Amino acid sequence: MTPEEIRIKDKDIHAFLEVFEDAKPYGDGPLSGKTIAIKDNILFEGHKASAASKILENFIAPYDATVVKKLKASGAMIIGRTNCDEFAMGSSTENSAYGVAKNPHDLERVAGGSSGGSAAAVAGGMAELALGSDTGGSIRQPAALCGVVGLKPTYGRVSRYGLIALASSFDQIGPFAKTVFEVEMLYNVIKGQDPMDSTTITHETYPVRKEFSKTIGIPRAFVESEGISAEVKENFAGAVKKFEDLGYKVKEVALPNLKYVLPVYYIIMPAEASSNLARFDGIKYGMHKDGKDVIEDYFKTRGAGFGPEVRRRIILGTYVLSSGYYDEYYGKAAEARQLITKELRELFENVDLMLTPTTPSPAWKVGEKSQSPLEMYLEDIFTVHANISGCPAISLPSGFAGKLPLGIELTADLGREDNLFAAGKDFLNES
Amino acid sequence: MLDLAKLARIEISDAEAEKLSREFDAILGYVSEVKEVVPEQHSNILKNVGVFNVMREDANPHESGIYTEKILNEAPARQDNFIKVKKIL
Repeated sequence: MTPEEIRIKDKDIHAFLEVFEDAKPYGDGPLSGKTIAIKDNILFEGHKASAASKILENFIAPYDATVVKKLKASGAMIIGRTNCDEFAMGSSTENSAYGVAKNPHDLERVAGGSSGGSAAAVAGGMAELALGSDTGGSIRQPAALCGVVGLKPTYGRVSRYGLIALASSFDQIGPFAKTVFEVEMLYNVIKGQDPMDSTTITHETYPVRKEFSKTIGIPRAFVESEGISAEVKENFAGAVKKFEDLGYKVKEVALPNLKYVLPVYYIIMPAEASSNLARFDGIKYGMHKDGKDVIEDYFKTRGAGFGPEVRRRIILGTYVLSSGYYDEYYGKAAEARQLITKELRELFENVDLMLTPTTPSPAWKVGEKSQSPLEMYLEDIFTVHANISGCPAISLPSGFAGKLPLGIELTADLGREDNLFAAGKDFLNES
Repeated sequence: MLDLAKLARIEISDAEAEKLSREFDAILGYVSEVKEVVPEQHSNILKNVGVFNVMREDANPHESGIYTEKILNEAPARQDNFIKVKKIL
C-alpha cells in the first residue's frame, strides 16, 4: 500500500497517528520487503514520538531506539507510528489524546490497548508487522481482540533503550503479526543484549530447566474467575480440546496466589509510573505552560499536558509510595510479586506452558467501560502475571464470538519463547 | 486528594479531586486484597531468578556535541547552548 492508500483505509480505524511519507528500507536483511508499524512510544530518529500524549505532541526523537536500529539493519520499512493509550496506560486506546483506534472487525468497538493501533494496523492489512510495548498485557490483549498474534518476550529479552518508559520492572517491547512464523522472525531481529539497557539478558541468563514435552497446565480456578464471559469459556474449552487432539498432555494446576495478580499490578505499576513520568516537567522537552514561578510551571504543564488516566495513575502511584502507606501497599505487593513468580517458576518445572484465555471478553463498544477505571483494570486479569514474573507469553487467535475475534494465551518459563513458538505453530497449523 | 496532586506536581480542579477520591476508594478497596497474602519466612526468592544489573563500561563516549542541537531543539526555552529556566531563588 502507498501512504495515501493506508491513510484512506485507516480513516475509519485510526490505527495510525502518522503514516510516514519518507518510509524507505535502510538495510538489507531478514525483513527486507516487509512493512512495519511502530507504537508511538518508540523513538525513530527525526520522527515524532508522542506516546499519544499532548505533553509530547511535537516531540521529535533525537535518536533511534535500539529496536529501530535493528529494524533498519534488518531491511524492514517503518511505515508509520501507531495509536495507543497515552503513555501506554489503558486497555482500549480510549486514553489516546488523539482519538480511539477502532477494531477492524467491528468499527463500533475498541481495538484493545494499549498497543491497539499496532494490532489494528496488522489486522486491517495496513502493515505486515508491528511493534508494541507490553507492561500488563498491552501487546497480547489488543492482539486477541483484533485476531492477530502478539508476543511479550521474557523481561530483558528486548532492549528498552528508546522506549518511553511506563513501569520499568514490567515494560517489554514485542512483535505483532498474523502468524507465529512472522512473530518469531521479528522477535529474532529485535532481541538481544544491549549495553544501553542494563536489564537486557543473554542466552545464558536462564539455563534450560526442562526439555519441551508438549505438556500444558491450566490454572482452572483462575480461568473460571468471576466476570469471564460465556463465549470466552466456550472458546477456551475448544482450544484445550484442540491441544489435546494435537497430542499435548493437558493437566489442571493450582496456583493459589495467582488471584492476587491484579492488586499487585495496580499497586506496583502506578508507583513506577509516578516516578518515571516525573521527567515531564515542561523544561527539558515537550509542552510548557507558563506559571508565575518554576513550581507553578510544573503544576500547569503537567495538569494540562497529561490526560485523565495518566493523572489518575501518577496520583495513585504517589499515594501508594507515600510514607505511612508504603509498607501497606507497595511493600505487600512486592512480597506477593515474589510469591507469584515462585509459583509460576515451580509450575514450569513440571509443564512447558500455562494456558489461559487472553481476555475475559471480546472487544467492547467504544465508551462502554470508560466511565469506571476499575472495570477497565479488570480487563488485564489474564495478562499481568507474565509482567509480574517476567515470563514470556503469546496470544494466539482462537476463533470468534460472532464476528469478534478471541484469543488464547500461552505463558512459558523465563527464557523459553521457543516453547511458545512451537506450541503456537502447532495450534495455528503452521508446522 | 489535592495534597497528593500537589506532591505529584499536577494541577487538578476541585471537581476532579472529588471524582478521583471516589475512584480511589474503589481502586484501593480492590488492591487492598494484597494484604491477605501470607508472606514466606525469610523470602529471598528473587535472588534465585537470575536477574541482575549489567552495567556497561563508563567509556567510549560519543563525539562531544553531536546531539546538542537535536536535544536543545526539543527544549521549550533555550539560550545559546543552555536550557533556559526561571530563577529559583
